[in-house]
Amino acid sequence: MDKPATPNSFRTGPDEQGMFGIFGGRFVAETLMPLILDLERHWNEVKNDPEFKAELTDLSTHYAGRPSKLYFAEGLTRHLREVSSAKGRGGGAKVYFKREDLNHTGSHKINNCLGQILLAKRMGKKRIIAETGAGQHGVASATVAARFGYPCVVYMGATDVARQSPNVFRMKLLGAEVRPVTAGHGTLKDAMNEALRDWVTNVEDTYYLIGTAAGPHPYPELVRDFQSVIGTEARAQILEQEGRLPDTIIACVGGGSNAIGLFHPFLDDRQVRIIGIEAGGRGLDGIEHCASMSAGAPGVLHGNRTYLLQNADGQIMDGHSISAGLDYPGVGPEHSWLRDSGRVEYVPILDDEALEAFKLTTRVEGIIPALESAHAIAHAVKIVPDMDKDQIVIVNLSGRGDKDVHTVADMLGMEI
Amino acid sequence: MATRIDRRMAKLKTEGRPALVTYFMSGDPDYDTALSIMKALPKAGADIIEMGMPFSDPMADGPAIQAAGLRALKGGQTLVKTLKMAAEFRAGDNETPIVLMGYYNPIYIYGVDRFLKDAIASGIDGLIVVDLPPEMDEELCIPALKAGINFIRLATPTTDDKRLPKVLQNTSGFVYYVSMTGITGSALADTGKVAAAVKRIKGHTDLPVCVGFGVKTAEQARVIGANADGVVVGTAIVNAVANVLGPKGEKTADPAEAVATLVSGLAQGVRAARLAAAE
Repeated sequence: MDKPATPNSFRTGPDEQGMFGIFGGRFVAETLMPLILDLERHWNEVKNDPEFKAELTDLSTHYAGRPSKLYFAEGLTRHLREVSSAKGRGGGAKVYFKREDLNHTGSHKINNCLGQILLAKRMGKKRIIAETGAGQHGVASATVAARFGYPCVVYMGATDVARQSPNVFRMKLLGAEVRPVTAGHGTLKDAMNEALRDWVTNVEDTYYLIGTAAGPHPYPELVRDFQSVIGTEARAQILEQEGRLPDTIIACVGGGSNAIGLFHPFLDDRQVRIIGIEAGGRGLDGIEHCASMSAGAPGVLHGNRTYLLQNADGQIMDGHSISAGLDYPGVGPEHSWLRDSGRVEYVPILDDEALEAFKLTTRVEGIIPALESAHAIAHAVKIVPDMDKDQIVIVNLSGRGDKDVHTVADMLGMEI
Repeated sequence: MATRIDRRMAKLKTEGRPALVTYFMSGDPDYDTALSIMKALPKAGADIIEMGMPFSDPMADGPAIQAAGLRALKGGQTLVKTLKMAAEFRAGDNETPIVLMGYYNPIYIYGVDRFLKDAIASGIDGLIVVDLPPEMDEELCIPALKAGINFIRLATPTTDDKRLPKVLQNTSGFVYYVSMTGITGSALADTGKVAAAVKRIKGHTDLPVCVGFGVKTAEQARVIGANADGVVVGTAIVNAVANVLGPKGEKTADPAEAVATLVSGLAQGVRAARLAAAE
C-alpha cells in the first residue's frame, strides 16, 4: 500500500466524515444512522464543555482512582540488564509501567466507561448495552451502570464466557445481564454483532457503550479521547520523574483503546518510538492469530474500514489469541492509519511469549499482569536488553491478571 | 435509462397490483439447489428477485438469515459464484429483475469497478447494501448509478422527514421501507403505522415504495400490499429451505418445491391486495 504523505500533525484526525485517511467512516445500517448522528451532536457539545469535563475529572479521581501511577519497574529492569550483560551487550533501558491495572475494576476500561455513561446521561438514555471479550469492558460497563442506576445488558461470546468466568460472575453481581453469544466462534466479534442487533432493535432508549476505539464514527474518536488520559498523564509523569520524554512506548492492541490512549499524546513527539503489539497467537503463518495489521488487509466491518483478518472473498476470519481481550479480527481505524503512515510500528507477540512475560513479571515485580498487557511486556523483554542503560521505555500495564489465572493454569497444565 | 426494475414496476402499475419481491440466499444450501430455487421464484409468481450475498457477519439479520448465510458459505459460496448464478439464471430469463442484497466488505474486497462490470455482465439490475448509508455514497452508490445499476436504499422508522431527502437523493429503482426497528425475521410491525410511513415517504418521492422485514404470510402480504408498491419476503423463504434440511444439512424434500409452494401463496396475497384496499 502507498504510504500517505507525512502530515504536519498526527493528532488532528478524524475529519468531519469520521475518516483517518481511508480508514474509519460510518458503515452502518440506515436504522442506526440517525442515532450515530445524534451521538456525534452530543459528543461535539460535551467535548469542550467545562462542566462535563469537571464531572468526569471528579469521578476519575475519586471513583476510579486516577491518576494512575507511573512505576519504575526496577525488578524487570534489573533482570533485563542481566540478560543484556549475559549476551555481552551491557545495556538495558529503564522500564516504566503505566499502572492502569490499579484503576477501579482493574483495567483502563473504566476511563472510557465513565466518559460514555456521562454522555448517555446527557442524552437521556435509559438502558446500556455493551460487548465484551475478556470481560474487562463488561465489568467496567456493569460498574458504571450500577453506579448511575441503569439496566445493563452485556453481550459476550460463549467461548469467552467459559474462559473468563470470574468476570462473568462480577458482572452478574453488579446487576448486569450477561447474554452469551454462540454465533461464529463465540468471541468478541460475535458479541459485537449481537450488540449491534440489539441496538438496531432498541433505538429509542438504548445507549451502546462500545469498549474499544473502533466502530462507526464518532466512537473511535470519543473512546480515544476518554482513554488519552493515560498518555497525557504518562507524558507529564515521565517529564516529572525523569526530566525527559521516553525513547520508546509500548502497548498491546486488540481493538486498541489502551494503546491509542497511551500513544495519542505522544504522536507528535517524533523522537519517541511507538510500538503496538498484536496478538500473534500460535504464529502468523497459519490462521491462529489476531494480527490484523501484520497479516490482514483493509476491509469494512462493525461500522468502520480498517485492517481485518479475512479471506479472498471478504469473509471475516475468527482468529485466535490466548488472551480474550485481543481475540478480535479487526482493530481501531486510527491504528490502521498510524500503521500506513509509518508513525507507529505494529508487531506480533506469540501466545507463548506473552505467557513467559506474564510469569516473569509476576516473579520479578510481584505484579500479575493481564495476559493482554503481558503481550506488551513481552516485547519490552525482547528489545530492552539491546537498548542503552540511559534509555527509557514505558509499557502500558493496561490491566491486572487475576481474571487470567485459570487460563494460565490450563496452559501450564496445573490445577487450581 | 430504464432498467428491468423500472420496466417491471411500470408494468405492475398498469396491472394495478403491488410487486412481490422475494429474497433467497444464494448458495443455500449449495450452488445447484440455490439456482433451482432462483429459477422457481418467477414461475411461482415472484416479480423481483433479491439475491442474498452471504456474509460472515450479517449485523442487520436475524437468526434465520444468519444461518442461511453460514450454510451457503459452508457450501463454498463466494461472490464470484453468486454472480455466476445470476448469469446462469439470466440466460433463461431476461425480464425478471435481480437485486443483489448484502454487506459491503465482499464487494469492497472484490473491487468496486470490477464488481460493477461483472454485475452488469451477469444481468444484475440493482443493489441493496445494508451498511452503506448515504453518508458513504462515494464508495459504491455513485459508481453504481454511473454504471447503470439501481442503488436501492433502505428507509426506516428512524429516518425522519428531515433526513428522508438525503436518503432518497441517490436512490433509484425503488425505496425499501424497513417496517420496524430491528433485524430481519422479527414480528411484523403495526400495519397501520407501516401504511402511514409509506404515505409519508411517497410525499417525498415518485419512486415505488416496497415494504419488508416481518412479512411472512400471504395474508400479511395482502394487508401490507394494499398500501405499498411492493412487498418483500425473505426470512419466510429462507425458513422454507431450512425446514426441508435434516440435522446434517441433507435434503428431506425438494427445497425449490417448498419455496415455490410458499411463494405461490404469497403471490395470491399480493394479487388480492388492491381488492383489499378497495374494500
